[in-house]
Amino acid sequence: MISANNLTESGITPATGQRISLAHGGGGQLTDDLLASCVLPRLANRALNELLDSALLPGVERLALTIDSYVVQPLKFPGGDIGRLAVCGTVNDLAVCGARPLGIALSLIMTEGLERRMLEDILDSIAAAASEANVCIVTGDTKVVGRGQGDGIYITTAGVGAAGTHKLHPDAVRAGDMLIVSGTIADHGMAVMLAREMPQVQSVLKSDVAPLNHMIEQLLRQVPGVVFLRDPTRGGLAGVAADLAARTGLHLTLLEKNIPVRPETWHAADMLGIDPLDVANEGKIVVVVRPDSVEQALDALCADKHGTDARVIGIFGKQNDGICELRTCMGGSRILQKPYGEQLPRIC
Amino acid sequence: MSAVILPHSEGQTAKSLRRLTIAAKALSRPVKFMEVCGTHTMSAFRCGLHSLMPRNVTLLSGPGCPVCVTSQGDIDQLIELATDRDVTLCTYGDMLRVIGSEGSLEQCRAEGADVRVVYSSLDAVKLAAENPQREVVFAAVGFETTTPASAAAVIEASRLGLENFSILASHKLIIPAMRALLESGDVQVDGFLCPGHVAVIIGAAVFEPIVEKYHSPCVIAGFEGPQIAAALARLTELVVEGRAELENLYSQAVTEEGNLAAQAIIQEVFTPADWQWRGLGKLKSSGLALRFAYAKYDARTRFNLGSPTARENPGCRCGDVITGRATPIDCKLFATACTPVRALGPCMVSSEGTCQAWFKYHHVRTPKKVEAGS
Repeated sequence: MISANNLTESGITPATGQRISLAHGGGGQLTDDLLASCVLPRLANRALNELLDSALLPGVERLALTIDSYVVQPLKFPGGDIGRLAVCGTVNDLAVCGARPLGIALSLIMTEGLERRMLEDILDSIAAAASEANVCIVTGDTKVVGRGQGDGIYITTAGVGAAGTHKLHPDAVRAGDMLIVSGTIADHGMAVMLAREMPQVQSVLKSDVAPLNHMIEQLLRQVPGVVFLRDPTRGGLAGVAADLAARTGLHLTLLEKNIPVRPETWHAADMLGIDPLDVANEGKIVVVVRPDSVEQALDALCADKHGTDARVIGIFGKQNDGICELRTCMGGSRILQKPYGEQLPRIC
Repeated sequence: MSAVILPHSEGQTAKSLRRLTIAAKALSRPVKFMEVCGTHTMSAFRCGLHSLMPRNVTLLSGPGCPVCVTSQGDIDQLIELATDRDVTLCTYGDMLRVIGSEGSLEQCRAEGADVRVVYSSLDAVKLAAENPQREVVFAAVGFETTTPASAAAVIEASRLGLENFSILASHKLIIPAMRALLESGDVQVDGFLCPGHVAVIIGAAVFEPIVEKYHSPCVIAGFEGPQIAAALARLTELVVEGRAELENLYSQAVTEEGNLAAQAIIQEVFTPADWQWRGLGKLKSSGLALRFAYAKYDARTRFNLGSPTARENPGCRCGDVITGRATPIDCKLFATACTPVRALGPCMVSSEGTCQAWFKYHHVRTPKKVEAGS
């Protein structure tokens, strides 16, 4: 077996070589070397630098805790990459529950042969997104699996946050409440799908992946009439809207012509036979707000760069049927349901 | 920047709907029109068109979804190739969830079969060229819209001299299906909304014989809600006026003679053959088989599969739904045993299938009961 020493003596330091090897996940010197040369310089902070088995964070009364795994392909896509996605997804999951992110735990599962350059780019992106969200990566783990056992890199992030005082719960939704979306829908899902399935297609589509905690903090601070928040990731706006109608038991009417969709996103979805309402977002929130707080909520959202296209898109009605109805641009109506799973493009 | 877009012009929509309403008032009896294109099916439901139509005008979904009309026998052969023959099977995404007599390609894939979703037939050729040790089979399905791509794949494989590429052809022709419907007697259709995509390839003129022989008005239309509404208004007006005519409302894309280059490449590779349709049975000269010169690219010959069986699922009424004899709610399995999550019939499988479109998009108003088959 090759030891770290004789590799170093031979002048080939695996941690500075071009690719990740199985030995980088072994928990030995090479792992330390990788952390010291690659990870820590990018993600350093007081809690992480301690390199303890757990990060010790200042205490608060109520904690919010969330975890998510990221397996997106391609690892880099227009508008972001798997690293930015992993930070933003977890930050946003905390933020929509009204929690202020305190720290993120990061787990990297790499496949043997991953280009070191790719790892560095992803770590840079993690650092940049964390800095944007004003949160630190406070603890972490790296493992390497054999070639063919994974696909480049998988990332898991767990986030802990300080729960706020603003009560956000679907049970509080009542007839007359309005639904707001913070901007254009389907940008993330369509950008990734095009990059993955049709890399030869030139497109201006970009993922919307962004940390929304600052926008949400301002919204909750300024608008007491906010009742509930969700980030419409997988399942898209349709998934969140159908869920909300079912969960509240109220009739939710959405107005298609108010729903912001970029023309390029709309065309890409149309070409693939996919409904933009079913497509994932990573930088948008859906807000349920009391009717007398609508203007205030729109003002708060529009003041943030991630909320400039915010629109009122729906209203909860009195009927207790739990149905989400879409009033179409043509003036017709149909039931909006949660999508079924993997989006399959049509063939003719 | 304003990111809101309105896919349709509201003025045009209102105008078409008004024309449809006026024409419908002049009808002496309820009418049923049929579209024969999955994209029309989906678009009409997506924009809520059915909730806007006059009560005496019904739009039926005919045999237009390529997945819907692919017989169980064809799917069984694809599954056999992917499992027992250990080939790399390339397919368009829609075919993944179609249930054959035992399972779907999606299930085969989960169990380890090498099933790949491709967006272009040429991706399958590329895969074969890159993996000379693997047999690669492309599931060639669809109407005249997807056929030129399959033909191009065969020609490209031939040019590259590939020895490991073949296709399992299930391509179909729309005109024989329309004829079969009109000749079956128990399906009463007052006119056809003709598919814009197919017409781009085959041309407008080929619908003339349908008009002349069966006195059935035909209107070719594009796929936006207002375009469909305009076509329905025109069909209703033609019925009121008692005229059977062919009209092309999609002339920006559809010419009289169609795309001659695409027709030539189809002609070069394929020849018409009798074909099994789900719900319609075996129809004369309704499908396309590979010509003798390209027989080595025929997966049925290459793997000695023989002809597909004609077996169909007994409880499923997809056949009646496709032919307009029944609507999805007439089927006992609809939304009970058969849902998009566990689709028994092909009309529920395809995102463009009539049953899935009904399941997903049916308007909030209680569905009006269509007198099936009258």
